[in-house]
Amino acid sequence: MKKRLLALLLAGVLIFGLVGCSGSSETPTDETNGTETENGEQAQTNQPLKVGMVTDEGGVHDQSFNQSAWEGLQRAEEELGIEASYVESKQDGDFAPNLETLLDSGNDLIWGIGFKLADAILDAAKNNPDQKYAIVDHSYGDETPDNVVCVMFKQEQPSFLVGYIAAHMTETNNVGFVGGIAGDIIWAFDYGFHAGVQYGAKELGKEITIQRQYAESFSDVAKGKAIAQQMYQQGADIVFHAAGDVGTGVIEAAKEQGKWAIGVDRDQNYLAPDNVLTSAMKRVDVGVFNVVQELVNGNFPGGETITYGLEHGGAVDIAPTSDKHVPQEILDKVEELKQMIINGELEIPYNEETYEEFLKTL
Amino acid sequence: MNKSNKVVVTIISILFGLLVGALTLLIAGFNPIEAYGVMFEGIFGSPKYISWTIVRSTPLILTGISVAFAFKTGLFNIGAEGQYIIGSLVATLVGYFLKLPIVIHAIVAILAGCLAAAIWGGIAGFLKAKFGINEVITTIMLNWTALYFSNYVVFWEPFKRPNRDASQQILDTASIEILEKWKVSDAGREFLKNHDFLREFLNPPVNFGFIIAILVAILVWYILKHTTLGYQLKAVGFNKDAAEYGGIDVKRNMVVAMMIAGAIAGLAGATQVLGVSKETAILTAVEGYGFDGMAVALIANSNPIACIAAGLLFGGLKYAGSKLQPLMGAPLEVINITIGVIVFFIAMPKLINILRTAISNKKRGVKVEDTK
Repeated sequence: MKKRLLALLLAGVLIFGLVGCSGSSETPTDETNGTETENGEQAQTNQPLKVGMVTDEGGVHDQSFNQSAWEGLQRAEEELGIEASYVESKQDGDFAPNLETLLDSGNDLIWGIGFKLADAILDAAKNNPDQKYAIVDHSYGDETPDNVVCVMFKQEQPSFLVGYIAAHMTETNNVGFVGGIAGDIIWAFDYGFHAGVQYGAKELGKEITIQRQYAESFSDVAKGKAIAQQMYQQGADIVFHAAGDVGTGVIEAAKEQGKWAIGVDRDQNYLAPDNVLTSAMKRVDVGVFNVVQELVNGNFPGGETITYGLEHGGAVDIAPTSDKHVPQEILDKVEELKQMIINGELEIPYNEETYEEFLKTL
Repeated sequence: MNKSNKVVVTIISILFGLLVGALTLLIAGFNPIEAYGVMFEGIFGSPKYISWTIVRSTPLILTGISVAFAFKTGLFNIGAEGQYIIGSLVATLVGYFLKLPIVIHAIVAILAGCLAAAIWGGIAGFLKAKFGINEVITTIMLNWTALYFSNYVVFWEPFKRPNRDASQQILDTASIEILEKWKVSDAGREFLKNHDFLREFLNPPVNFGFIIAILVAILVWYILKHTTLGYQLKAVGFNKDAAEYGGIDVKRNMVVAMMIAGAIAGLAGATQVLGVSKETAILTAVEGYGFDGMAVALIANSNPIACIAAGLLFGGLKYAGSKLQPLMGAPLEVINITIGVIVFFIAMPKLINILRTAISNKKRGVKVEDTK
């Protein structure tokens, strides 16, 4: 009997632990409560457009991708008077039912955040040809249905710029790259960074070693830390990551060892103000906001793939806090490079093949 | 306590759970009646919600039966999670790499998943029987081993799908989804256009998993109730020493019990892969099917048949709960707390029972525990 009670107690602890874990640490902000009254007012003037998004397992407070998308929707809520909502996915099996939920609650546009939702969005779009969908970080190319918009980013461009900065800032002539799970998106970060470092090295007339490792995860903080520590021990003094939460570990390692890290997606300087040199920003919020704005203006770009690059002011860029650690003359050079990229004088490689070609042109 | 009394206690605690859940919502500043309205509507509002509820409950029913079965034999199977992962991994491997005719392919994939998970569960049973290592500890550790092993296999080059955090998808011949091809074909679409109910009902990935789960529930009930094996397993659960004295091979029965529990949890994984997800994803953390299964087993009072209802209730709560955010603007945290509170109170009758027997035991001396 005692054992039974113990077992039950354990079960209770586990179940509650689970419920506890699945929530996020951040407390709900006033924004969610605020929207109700706000929308109430707007409803009187005219029917607001409804936009919903489905996150992947990261959830809406993931400090990166999903959070950025949600910020974009919240900004749209304030500035464009739409009504925004989200559903979090706990596992891959949740994608389809969550999309259904948003469909049934009468949303005008439904977002899938991240390439993990690619299949689910495509299925839903085919089954509901009258419903508008959008997806971030995946393109169906010519297969894109008329009711879907794909939002892509040229992540190789900011990666190139931070690579260039790294080449100028490294004292040991040794830098590192930590990737999440290999695939087109992360390769673009990877090869863009490599190209930037090589470009800078060529300019300075020196050889720079680039270490590269994939964590095979987007969430394993400890692994990120271990990889970065290894890289620092092997002589690297700057490590760039494109690995979601794994990068939190990379930045921690930089902080402990007094080395440099380069952040990704958002300006990650706040995570370690003295150790994050710069960040390769990929503003998912800008992409999300822009598409919603198009929808509000009545010209939803259905069937298209929108690719954001440096030419679309601020959608991809280096972090504004870069001037804290990077000397002005390097930043001036970066501005020049930006112009060259925008003018098409400089093509940034995004995979192994284009990288090989890029090296030949150096 | 007799049967009808038990049902009443369960229903009372469900109502009590909903009441406390309502209180939580009220404190968080949301109208509980509206919230429950949304949830009710979210389950019964349309045929497709009903079929989604069934689809999402199926793995919970099976992991629930797995935990309940182990419970009956005196073992506490926390490893349903890991057995689920192994079952789904092996079913995906067989579903993708083997080339077999339709129907046979699905059956082979399911059996392979069950077998692998049975071995996985059997490890914990073996360690307990041979070395006396507590199954609670081994199964928890095996959960993580299973998780990382699964990720390792999914990263294997010929198996991983490029640009996805997941494996290749199973071949169509291994699918157990009902009318999968037909409902997206032109003829199917044309037919369903005029049949609203059927169209809605077939919209989610409805599959044979639910039927399999019901059959398994009946089978497990039969084994426990009407076979020598079941008698022996239960006897070991009640009193190991007495069972041994009575000539039952205790060690063998422990291994067998864990293997059967593992096979059922593996079946949950296999049906989920073959019927719904069609692939194994790279997992960052356990998905919780096994842990939810423990809650289901508790609600069902370890009765395999009752696991069907308990699984549907639990799956329905989780599915409908996810609708509260977009429809009411309630933050997910509040929803999770509410569902947690409801589950806590639903699992109460077992606690109440235990307290009751504990008290009466003191008064009247040790009584043979009620076996239902």
